[in-house]
Amino acid sequence: MDDRFQAALRLLPDYLGQHVMLSAAALLLGLAVSAPLVVFARRSARVRWPVLALVSVVQTVPSLALLALFYPLLLALSSLSQKLFGHGFAALGFLPSLLALTLYSMLPIVRNSLTALLNMDPAVMEAARGVGMTPRQTLFRVELPLAMPVIMAGIRTSAVWVIGTATLSTPVGQTSLGNYIFSGLQIENWVSVLFGCVGAVALALIADQLLALVENGVAARRPMRVWLGLALLVAGVVAALVPSIHAKKSVYVIGAKSFSEQYILADLMADRIVRAGSSATQRVGLGSVIAFKALASNDIDAYVDYSGTVWANVLNRKDSPPRARMLEEMTRALKEKYGVTLLGALGFENAYALAMRGDDARSMNIRTIADLVAHAGELKLGTDFEFLARPEWAALRDSYGLAFREQRQYQSTFMYRAVASHEVDVISAFSSDGRIAAYDLAVLEDAKQVILPYDAIVLLAPRRANDETLRRALTPLVGAVPIGPMREANQMVDRDENKLSPAQAAQWLSGKAGLN
Amino acid sequence: MSQPIIAIENASKSYRNGQQLALNDVSIQIEPATFVAVVGASGSGKTTLLKTMNRLADVDTGVVRVSGAAVNGVPGHELRRRVGYVFQGIGLFPHLTVAENIGITPRLLGWDAGQIVSRVEELADLVALPRSLLRRLPADLSGGQQQRVGVARALAAKPAILLMDEPFGALDPITRDALGTQVRNLHDAMELTTVMITHDVLEAVLLADRIVVMRAGRIIADGPPHTLLAGHPDEDVRALMEMPRRQAERVRAVLERNSRG
Repeated sequence: MDDRFQAALRLLPDYLGQHVMLSAAALLLGLAVSAPLVVFARRSARVRWPVLALVSVVQTVPSLALLALFYPLLLALSSLSQKLFGHGFAALGFLPSLLALTLYSMLPIVRNSLTALLNMDPAVMEAARGVGMTPRQTLFRVELPLAMPVIMAGIRTSAVWVIGTATLSTPVGQTSLGNYIFSGLQIENWVSVLFGCVGAVALALIADQLLALVENGVAARRPMRVWLGLALLVAGVVAALVPSIHAKKSVYVIGAKSFSEQYILADLMADRIVRAGSSATQRVGLGSVIAFKALASNDIDAYVDYSGTVWANVLNRKDSPPRARMLEEMTRALKEKYGVTLLGALGFENAYALAMRGDDARSMNIRTIADLVAHAGELKLGTDFEFLARPEWAALRDSYGLAFREQRQYQSTFMYRAVASHEVDVISAFSSDGRIAAYDLAVLEDAKQVILPYDAIVLLAPRRANDETLRRALTPLVGAVPIGPMREANQMVDRDENKLSPAQAAQWLSGKAGLN
Repeated sequence: MSQPIIAIENASKSYRNGQQLALNDVSIQIEPATFVAVVGASGSGKTTLLKTMNRLADVDTGVVRVSGAAVNGVPGHELRRRVGYVFQGIGLFPHLTVAENIGITPRLLGWDAGQIVSRVEELADLVALPRSLLRRLPADLSGGQQQRVGVARALAAKPAILLMDEPFGALDPITRDALGTQVRNLHDAMELTTVMITHDVLEAVLLADRIVVMRAGRIIADGPPHTLLAGHPDEDVRALMEMPRRQAERVRAVLERNSRG
């Protein structure tokens, strides 16, 4: 059997269990919130309109954005509750995912239920009053039973949506079948991507069919089928949860953003912790901004960030001091403002750098960004999703006067492919990326030093500031990872043939750093 | 004269914020065991009058008494459990079996299951509904069978009063005639007080003890069929009451023309 398939299979109990728990909780909560809303909205047109408008609007917000929006919201609420009641709550992971998915689940339930309840046969409704039913009896004995098939259809739609959308909860730190997809996409492990997709589809189909059994049992007045369907649903949820209940809770949580180098470094750190005699889990695929917030609020214990990112995005600094002074100032500012410990730099830099195909650079005689300016009007720029919104781009653009013919954004894996296949001509590459060499790209010199240094730095959460075990485990990494081995390790994971998993690459890197 | 079981005094009711007057100062007293037919053009207020008797509609001004008590002192649903109600729409509950439909009011009243079963079977026999249909769903029944279920459902909790709003309007003439006669027989056997709205004057004449004619929210004529048939000062009432006889004469004329020809 394929290595990658076996690796994916090993992760299944954890991913599937979390996915099932999240989906089931969101669907149940969605039902619990929708039911009273429907009951009120049914009576009053004044309530009905805003309710329907709200659940519809939620649906138009891209699901990934909806999930991401809940994180800062919960973070604010958590710090408020910290102030008011003395304790906050975890704003990352389960809670934002649960709330976003709950909102997402409501439209089909609310709309189907209202449609069914508002379109009752007037003769039947008159008869219900005529035989002496109270409004409540009418609801439970007549309206709900008659509306049930349409309501159940809404619940089924909702279940399928929630199970599908739950794969998007990975970037806010909730483990799900989406972890296969997000990490697979980053390291071009298509087996993993496919595994995640097939898993989510299978789960959705099974849930849909079991709910169909319940629906069918209700419609045909066969209580046995209803109970069988419900029992199988409950059994499925319980079975999926058993592995996570038995799983030991790890001591440390290592975070990683969503690209290969981060996966490798997270594995490297986790491995150090295990060797130090403790245990670690990983929250991988975090959004770039979310990662730091998660650390500052103790949702994760450690991760690797890059000095320029922290300087510009977290500390909002516009100046660019020399490397040593920047690290020094950053160490102090992070401690003061966030209680975050900067343990040290790993020893390599992963800066944004403009890169182009080597043969183009040679034929156009472009060596520096200044050389590029004259040609930029004919060239297309490809970037990752962040670059154009970052201060580096503004600085580059303004100080060199860069204006490209066209700008396109890609998921970073596809960005490299896009330049190699001539879809774009210049990209916002990462200087430690193994693909620079693999695709024969030329990195253009930033003679004006507009782009900040991007030294990889290890950050520790406030609550781990004085944690001896963690410090002992991670301190040997400081200064131990030079750019050459990092690039090579990245390339091992990113290349198309003879790919290594991030964990394998981390092992190799660990050996290179003399830590084995 | 015995105490009226239904007594309405100076009842007025309007819809759409007073724009449409459905009842205009109506008073009527109905003695127990009477079969009353209410006739009149569409929009004359017949249905509203009927609905004030079980609080499906409440009057704006005036008093409605059932069995001596003002209805607005009783919760509507409690009153309706004591008053049978049949209407043209029938309104059988499509998700309940025929037996469950018939037994619904006793069930709401908390009768025990055995009592309900025997009452349902008794009623099926009374309205000439085959017992084999009791376990079917309403959709499996013909229109006439469905309205038999409607009548049985209205009578299930042994009400003293039966209100019917054009109960046979949607049925074919033969079923209609048969069911009308059976309801009159049930009325007599169960000593009901029945108020039936109908468009069909002949039906009113043949079934009722008393005919009430309405126009524009008022009662314009009220009396036993034979009295109204004998003549009335109001032209509309006369025209209405002559209808069965004129139709009978036309039928006779058709027959005679054919026998001569």
